[in-house]
Amino acid sequence: MIDVRNVSKSYGGQAVLDDVSCVIPRGGITSIIGPNGAGKSTLLSLISRLQPLESGAVTVAGLDIAATPSRDLARTMAILRQENHLTMRLTVRDLVAFGRFPHSGGRPTVEDLAVVEEAIRQLDLTAMADKFVDELSGGQRQRAYIAMVLAQDTEYLLLDEPLNNLDMKHSVEMMRLLRRLADELGKTIVLVVHDINFASCYSDTILAMKNGRLIHQGSPAQIMQAAMLHDVYDIDIRIEEIDGNRIGVYFA
Amino acid sequence: MPETATPSTPSAATPKPAAPKPLACLRDSIRRAPPRLVIGILLAATIAAVAFFLFSDLKGNVGYVLPRRALKVAAMLLVAVAVGVSTLLFQTVTANRILTPSIMGFDSLYILVQTTLVFTVSAAAVTAAPPTLQFGVEVVLMVAFSALLYRWMFTGATRSLHLLLLVGIILGSLFRGFSSLLQRLMEPSEFIILQDLFFASFNNVDPALLGVSAVIIGAVCVAVWRARHTLDVLALGRELAINVGVDHRRVVMRILLACSLLVAVSTALVGPVTFFGLLVVSLGYQLCRGFNHARLLPIVVLIGAVALVGGQLILERVFGFATALSVVIEFAGGILFLYLLLKGSLK
Repeated sequence: MIDVRNVSKSYGGQAVLDDVSCVIPRGGITSIIGPNGAGKSTLLSLISRLQPLESGAVTVAGLDIAATPSRDLARTMAILRQENHLTMRLTVRDLVAFGRFPHSGGRPTVEDLAVVEEAIRQLDLTAMADKFVDELSGGQRQRAYIAMVLAQDTEYLLLDEPLNNLDMKHSVEMMRLLRRLADELGKTIVLVVHDINFASCYSDTILAMKNGRLIHQGSPAQIMQAAMLHDVYDIDIRIEEIDGNRIGVYFA
Repeated sequence: MPETATPSTPSAATPKPAAPKPLACLRDSIRRAPPRLVIGILLAATIAAVAFFLFSDLKGNVGYVLPRRALKVAAMLLVAVAVGVSTLLFQTVTANRILTPSIMGFDSLYILVQTTLVFTVSAAAVTAAPPTLQFGVEVVLMVAFSALLYRWMFTGATRSLHLLLLVGIILGSLFRGFSSLLQRLMEPSEFIILQDLFFASFNNVDPALLGVSAVIIGAVCVAVWRARHTLDVLALGRELAINVGVDHRRVVMRILLACSLLVAVSTALVGPVTFFGLLVVSLGYQLCRGFNHARLLPIVVLIGAVALVGGQLILERVFGFATALSVVIEFAGGILFLYLLLKGSLK
């Protein structure tokens, strides 16, 4: 369970998050949706201690993120941001192996290496494991980073727009993989996602944010309502039910 | 938003050259060589250079010449370690390949600290104090100041490298300008003593200072070696490092402190060398697949040792002029700096 209590954040006097409180349940996939500038990424980076808390408190699996040693948190929760830049040349395998650092402290055991290979396989990167990360396409690179946080083998996985740079096929594969991780390994996955239909089809819980506030939280069936989505995005979105999934049509 | 992601990763967009240049081929085959071999060859070259420096052309009073040469070699080796390690650490922490402590004004800061000390306390008191005490005070001041100054620059969220470079150059000029103002205001006799203090080239190294420096550099190096795996992670950048459980702020502060210690020691020993660190670390990255600090650290140190001892050897014994090594190194390093800037490694 991730418990966010009265968290606020401002940049240069401008409030980006305004007194957000929520409980993200343990297990399953929680998607955070909302327009640009709603504070989705900021919320994720506060939960994951990438940015220091200004006010309020966050606990992840009972650990107070402000008080728990960073390495202990790294064995409980992994975070991947949208954009990652490497200044050095790393192979995919080297990058993924860094995911084991919280466990191995830089001296990977045979088990650690096996976990790394498994993560590479899961993300369909075996053929390019020895390629340099900067030689990959945007989508392959995105998958390499996901493999790294997967190798970290944490109960909680926080992903900021994991579908960024992925084509339709790889987006679907990514969401299926996340679904599998949640269902089979019992992981708790929180992601920021722009495509409301991916959020609708694959999540258990949806958090809707707007202007630095959490405005709605509920199941896809509760959130995927024309009135709700109008509230979030200020546009008319028609909802159709296709094969039991609620799909929002907003292209025209 | 894939459109915004594309321009930020220009490396992926640049097409690969069809026919690799011979130099790149050589580099790639060196990189593929086992790192132990590379380190072994560099170590052998260093030992050979040191042996040549000590024992070649040994004429006259051996009991006089040999200790003097040994002191010189020891100073050069210490500087090679201090400059190489501090530059490598600095580049790792700032996640860039072009900034060095010198470019960011660390050694100008050292000179300012020293000048201020002489200006306020008087040169007589400074020189009368034992050199180790004086050195200690300077190093403590230097570390405190750099901690204050550079803290905000490197511990926060990602900042523009261009901004940092600009700030570094401006700070460096500011420190130098301040130093020369104070030097103009002070007594000419005090100025001469001061000048003598920070242009202690390899030719007149204080043995006591050498001992203290060796202890400080040794202690810092032990700490750095212990943190080598954390350094690998830091090179991933702030967010990924935090993700895998590195207390980024604290580690970065400690490493910057280690850098300022090393820079203070090396500047006290031989004076400022702006581009030497950039030169050896860039060469080190060429010889090593660039992230493993367990390999990079020894490679960088050994390249520095070969360059300094070998260069000094050639200049002294072959060309017969003893003082121009720093000029040659700065010239080569400056050209490399411009090349790196133009090549666009300033990402």
